[in-house]
Amino acid sequence: MSVQVGPSRYRGPSAIGDDLRRLGNLTFVLAATDFKLRFFGSALGYLWTLMRPLLLFGVLYVVFTEVVRFGGGIEHYPVYLLMSIVMFTYFGEATNRGVTSLIERENLLRKVRFPRLVIPLSVALHALFNLGLNLVAVFIFVLASGIAPRVEWLELLPLVALLVLFATGVTMLLSALYVRYRDMQPIWEVVLQILFYASPVIYVTSTYPDGIEREAMANPITAVLTQARHALIDPSAPTAADAIGGTARLLIPLFVVAAVFALGFWVFTREAPRIAEEL
Amino acid sequence: MLVNHLSKGFKLPHQRYSTLKERALHPFSRSGSETLNALHDVTFGVESGEFFGIVGRNGSGKSTLLKCLAGIYGVDRGSIEIHGRVSPFIELGVGFNPDLTARDNVVINAIMLGLTRREARRRFDEIIAFAELEDFVDLKLKNYSSGMAVRLGFSVAIQVDAELVLIDEVLAVGDAAFQRKCFDEFERMRAKGRTILFVTHDMAAVERFCDRAMLLERGRILEIGPPDEIALRYNEVNFRRAISEGSLPAGLLGGEARVRSVWCENDRGERIVIQQRADRCTVVLEIVVSKALENPVFAVVFRNDVRHTIFVATSLLSGHTGRFEPGEQVTVRFSFENRLAPRRYTLTPTIGIWDPEYRQLDQREDLAALIVEAPMQSGGVVDLPTEVQVTRA
Repeated sequence: MSVQVGPSRYRGPSAIGDDLRRLGNLTFVLAATDFKLRFFGSALGYLWTLMRPLLLFGVLYVVFTEVVRFGGGIEHYPVYLLMSIVMFTYFGEATNRGVTSLIERENLLRKVRFPRLVIPLSVALHALFNLGLNLVAVFIFVLASGIAPRVEWLELLPLVALLVLFATGVTMLLSALYVRYRDMQPIWEVVLQILFYASPVIYVTSTYPDGIEREAMANPITAVLTQARHALIDPSAPTAADAIGGTARLLIPLFVVAAVFALGFWVFTREAPRIAEEL
Repeated sequence: MLVNHLSKGFKLPHQRYSTLKERALHPFSRSGSETLNALHDVTFGVESGEFFGIVGRNGSGKSTLLKCLAGIYGVDRGSIEIHGRVSPFIELGVGFNPDLTARDNVVINAIMLGLTRREARRRFDEIIAFAELEDFVDLKLKNYSSGMAVRLGFSVAIQVDAELVLIDEVLAVGDAAFQRKCFDEFERMRAKGRTILFVTHDMAAVERFCDRAMLLERGRILEIGPPDEIALRYNEVNFRRAISEGSLPAGLLGGEARVRSVWCENDRGERIVIQQRADRCTVVLEIVVSKALENPVFAVVFRNDVRHTIFVATSLLSGHTGRFEPGEQVTVRFSFENRLAPRRYTLTPTIGIWDPEYRQLDQREDLAALIVEAPMQSGGVVDLPTEVQVTRA
């Protein structure tokens, strides 16, 4: 095998590399290592991943059922609250850690040639591991509150996949931009806060004022949570198609996901060769 | 492997706008940026199976060159042609995590360097055996000594299937026995037709192991050649710097006689930079005379690394040197038994004359270097031959 760098000018290591297996291997290993390291030396181990959404759930649950007296009219509100928190936590964790991921792996980026995409992908994958564990807790809650298993539960798989695509797109975009603009991190924290309240996490889709329900559904997280509620918790709740006013309109949130992913990929690929120099 | 007119620059903005606010406040003010030419028109070739050393002062572009070869940096101009696979890393133990055990780190590192997961696990025992760390497999890396970590890193690195291996400062840590083992391994790799490029400051290693070496200075190649010559040149370049900083203004000196060069030789007449203590050392001083001189004084001042004058090899004590005519080229040899303590010395040649007061004709600060090696340090500045007699009452 012969590697020729040049004579056409070599710009630097690419985002994907020439060996997809290496990309996959590295992504998995980095994600698994991070996952393992997270709980090294902590007594409760991975229970902590579970504790964070559970504690947030506990607080919000008490506030919204005991203090504000909200959610009374929503079927299985606690279960929905837990599910939406777990899913949003995935998105928040993946993107928040994604922003600074390249800087944190500086040592690796400067000393080894490997597909640059490994870094944001491993962050998204690590968060996905946590999501998997947390969903186990969600299912336990679902079953405990007397909801019978249905085939529609399988819808959760494509929904999670959509969420992963969205989070990965954002992560690629933000991590590449953060190398040049360090204020991406505080900006993203605020955006994430806004998204938390703009998405139906503590409320449900039908809570939106009539005028903006359809517009709100352009947010992929809203669409995913709406459909997940219908599939997993309450078959009588509106589907995403109902909420947005027609199946064809579902293309809007799908387009948003695709566009963010494409933009993120494009920006990341463009920046990839110079990342090692600009860190 | 062929490197053709390779250039690589880094933009160094005078003021870097790294936040949006600054960019928004000064959207049009272009901060002037300077390009630092880390590598400038570098051209060289390395044969397969060669052991090639790259030396140079800090910031001379060695590591940048290695990163370009490894494909970590892009190149601005020129090209690199490599036949065969290149190791993707330039340092040992990259990505080692102190909180993980050696077992985990080895697997992660091996995958980082290009092995598949199955290969990494299959070769695990081999790696640990080479590093001689069988007893510490499940110890967290933070409890390893730095030498042990380097051993582990090296053992993983040699598992990489690459025809061209790039290594930055491999010898910085690790005990002598392991260094020996590393170089034995390099020999084996070379026998298999692999090529090794390594960057170091250790001239002794260059002289002992390299087939050829290259000296870089400020991003340019100063010289490519046999390792002993490069080592010599490296020391010259390293110590010549002092001349421009601390010597007398040009023009005042060198008008009547000029130092051309100075070096040390062993008793077989070979140029050396490193010598064992108590060996015979000959300092050779080459001079060009441009005005008739009567009994000039030739001397070479030996200073140690803390700039103390330890020894002056001089013609002053041995009487008259004779008369020299303009245009004459003179070689002066000072021969002595080297009793200097094991340290690094710089050699400052000087020419002077009594006229009637002593007047200096030329002086070149730190033109050459000599490193004295010995198995033991006594603590003194010289180690004179000493007879020891212990008597008991």
